[in-house]
Amino acid sequence: MHVKNSARITKVNAKQNEISHHPMTELAKKSQASVLENLDSVRAMIKRHKRNDILFSIIGLIALMIGLLTLCTLFIDLVMDGYPRFNMDFLSNFPSRRAAKAGLLSAWVGSLLVMTVTFLTAVPMGVAAGLYLEEYAKKGWFSDLIEINVSNLAGVPSIVYGLLALGLFVYGLGLGQSILTAGLTLGLLILPIVIVSTRESIRAIPIAIREAAYAVGATKWQVVKDHVLKYSQGGILTGVIIGMARALGETAPVITIGALTFIAFLPPSPLTEAAPFINFDWLTSGFTVLPIQMFNWLSRPDHAFHINAAATGAIIIVVTLLMNGTAIYLRYQIRKNIKW
Amino acid sequence: MTPANQNTIISPRLAKNIKRNVRERIIEFILMLAALSAVLTTFAIVGVLIVESLSFFEHVSLVDFLTDTQWTPLFEDAHFGIMPLVAGTLTTSAIALCVAIPVGTIGAIYLSEFASHKAREIIKPVLELLVGVPTVVFGYFALLFVTPLLQKIFPELPGFNMLGPGIVMGIMIIPYISSVAEDAMRAVPMSMREGSYAMGATRFQTAVKVVTPAAISGIIAAYILAISRAVGETMVVAVAAGQQPNLTFNPMESAATITAYIVQVALGDLPHGSVGYQSIFAAGLVLMIMTLTFNILGHIARKKFRENY
Repeated sequence: MHVKNSARITKVNAKQNEISHHPMTELAKKSQASVLENLDSVRAMIKRHKRNDILFSIIGLIALMIGLLTLCTLFIDLVMDGYPRFNMDFLSNFPSRRAAKAGLLSAWVGSLLVMTVTFLTAVPMGVAAGLYLEEYAKKGWFSDLIEINVSNLAGVPSIVYGLLALGLFVYGLGLGQSILTAGLTLGLLILPIVIVSTRESIRAIPIAIREAAYAVGATKWQVVKDHVLKYSQGGILTGVIIGMARALGETAPVITIGALTFIAFLPPSPLTEAAPFINFDWLTSGFTVLPIQMFNWLSRPDHAFHINAAATGAIIIVVTLLMNGTAIYLRYQIRKNIKW
Repeated sequence: MTPANQNTIISPRLAKNIKRNVRERIIEFILMLAALSAVLTTFAIVGVLIVESLSFFEHVSLVDFLTDTQWTPLFEDAHFGIMPLVAGTLTTSAIALCVAIPVGTIGAIYLSEFASHKAREIIKPVLELLVGVPTVVFGYFALLFVTPLLQKIFPELPGFNMLGPGIVMGIMIIPYISSVAEDAMRAVPMSMREGSYAMGATRFQTAVKVVTPAAISGIIAAYILAISRAVGETMVVAVAAGQQPNLTFNPMESAATITAYIVQVALGDLPHGSVGYQSIFAAGLVLMIMTLTFNILGHIARKKFRENY
C-alpha cells in the first residue's frame, strides 16, 4: 500500500514538471494580461475584504461591550441615586414609614440567616449527588434519569421553585413563611449549580490518582474522601460561591412563598447566653431579605424610597459581584496551578 | 458446620472487612439518596403544579382558561383567560430576543473567530459577572433609568411599559446566547476553517459562510435556551412592565406577564385554597409547560449539533 502510494506521487510529480517546462500557451498569456489589467481591482477587493474584517472586529467588540457598559451604567446610576443613604444608620435601622429613617437591619440579618440554611442544605446534598453520579453510579437508565433531571432543573424558572415551596413547604409540610422555608427553597434552586460544578471538578482528576489509592488497599469511600474530594474542593468551592451569590440575589421565589415586606423585628438569636448556647427558634421566624426590601421600596410611588432602593441595589450588586469575582478568580488560579 | 463454628474461623481482620463493606454500602446508599433529590424535586414541582391546577380547573373550565380574553381573578366578576398574561410574556420576550439575538450572535462570532486568546480570557469572565447581577437590580434599571431615557425619544411612553424591561431583559440574556453559541462555533473542526482560508477567504467570510452554517444547530440551541430564560424572567417585568393584565402586543403599553401576576398575587394576602390562590399555580403550570418545551427543543438542537462533530 505504502509503496504503491509513493509510486503514484513520483508519477504526479513527473507530470507536473512536464507542464511547467511547457512553453506558455496563447491562452495563458492572454489570461496573465487580463490579470495584470485587473490587478488594481483585485487589490481593491482584497483591501475591501480586509477592511470588512477590521470593521467586523470593531462591531463585535462593541456588541460585547454593551453588556459591560450596561453593568457600569447600572452601578454608577445606583451609587449616584443612593449615596445619601450610605451611612451606618442605613445598616442598623429597621424599615420605617419615613424613607430617610428606614434601614436594612432586618433585611441583611434575614439574608444572612436564609443563606446559612441554603448553604447547609445545598452544599452537602449537591456535593454528595455529584460524587454519586461521577464515582458510584453505573452508566444506565438510573444515572441517565438523574442527569436529565439535573439539567432540566437548571432550566426551571426560579419563580416555579417559589410555587413548589408555597404548595409543599408552606402548606404541605406546614413550615410556614419562615426562614427555614426560604432557605430550603433557595437550596433546591442552587442544587443544580453545585452538582454540575462538583461533577466538572471531579471529572478533571486523572484516573491514575484513584488507581494509586486502590493499589495500596483503600476502599472506595477512602479514595473518594481522601483523594477525589480533596483534589476537587477548589472547583466545588467555586460552584458553591456562584450558587450562593445567585441565592442572595434571588427575589421571585422568596416573594412567592409570601415573605413579608415590612419586618421591624429581628429573628431570635441563634446563639444564647445560657446552655445549650444555641437555639433553633430563628428557623421558624418571619423574615425579609435584601432583594425583597429593595423591591418593596422600589414599588412605592414616593421617590424618597427609590433612593433607599438604589442604595440597597448598590449593596447587593457589590456583594454579588465580589462573590462572583472571587469564584472566577479562584477558578482561574486552579486552572493555572493544576499540574497532574 | 454450625454457625458458632464458623465464627471462630473468621479472623479479626476478616470481621473488620465485613464491617468495612457494610459501611461502604451505607455510604453509597446515602450518596444515592442525595442524587435522587434532583428527581424528587422535579416530581414535586410537577406534582404541586398539577394538583393545585386541578382544583383550579374544577372552578374554571379549560376552554374559558384558554379562550377568554380577560384575566381578572381577583375581581367580583372574575374572568380567567390566560391569554392576556401569555401575550405580555411573549411580547416582552420578543423584545428581549430582538436585542439579544443580533448582539449575542455577533459577540459569539467575535469571541470565537476574531478575539485573541488574551482578549477572550478577559471578556468571558466579565460576561459571567453580568450573569451574576440579581434581576431585581435590573428591574430598578429598567424602571428608573431605561424608561425615562426612552420617554425622551417617545414622549407618549407610559411609566410602566413593556419596551424598557424587554430591552433590559435582552441585555441580561446576551451572555447566555454568546457563550452557548461560542461553544458551538469553537467545536467546528479547524480543518473547515483552514479549507476556507486556503481558498483565499477572509476571516469574516470564513466566519459567516463556513463556521456559522456549520454550527447553526448549536447556535439555534442558544437562541431557544435564551427564549426560555426570557419567558421565565420575573423581577424585571414585575417591577417595570406594570401589573395590569392587558391583551396587547404593543410594546408601548403596560401589561402583566405570567411571572408578574404570580408575584402580584403572592404579595397580596390571598387565603390558602381560594381560587385566586390556585390561579397562580395554573399560571405557573402554563409557564412551566412553555419553558419546558423550549428547554427540550434546545437540548435536541444541541444534541444534534454534538452528533455532527
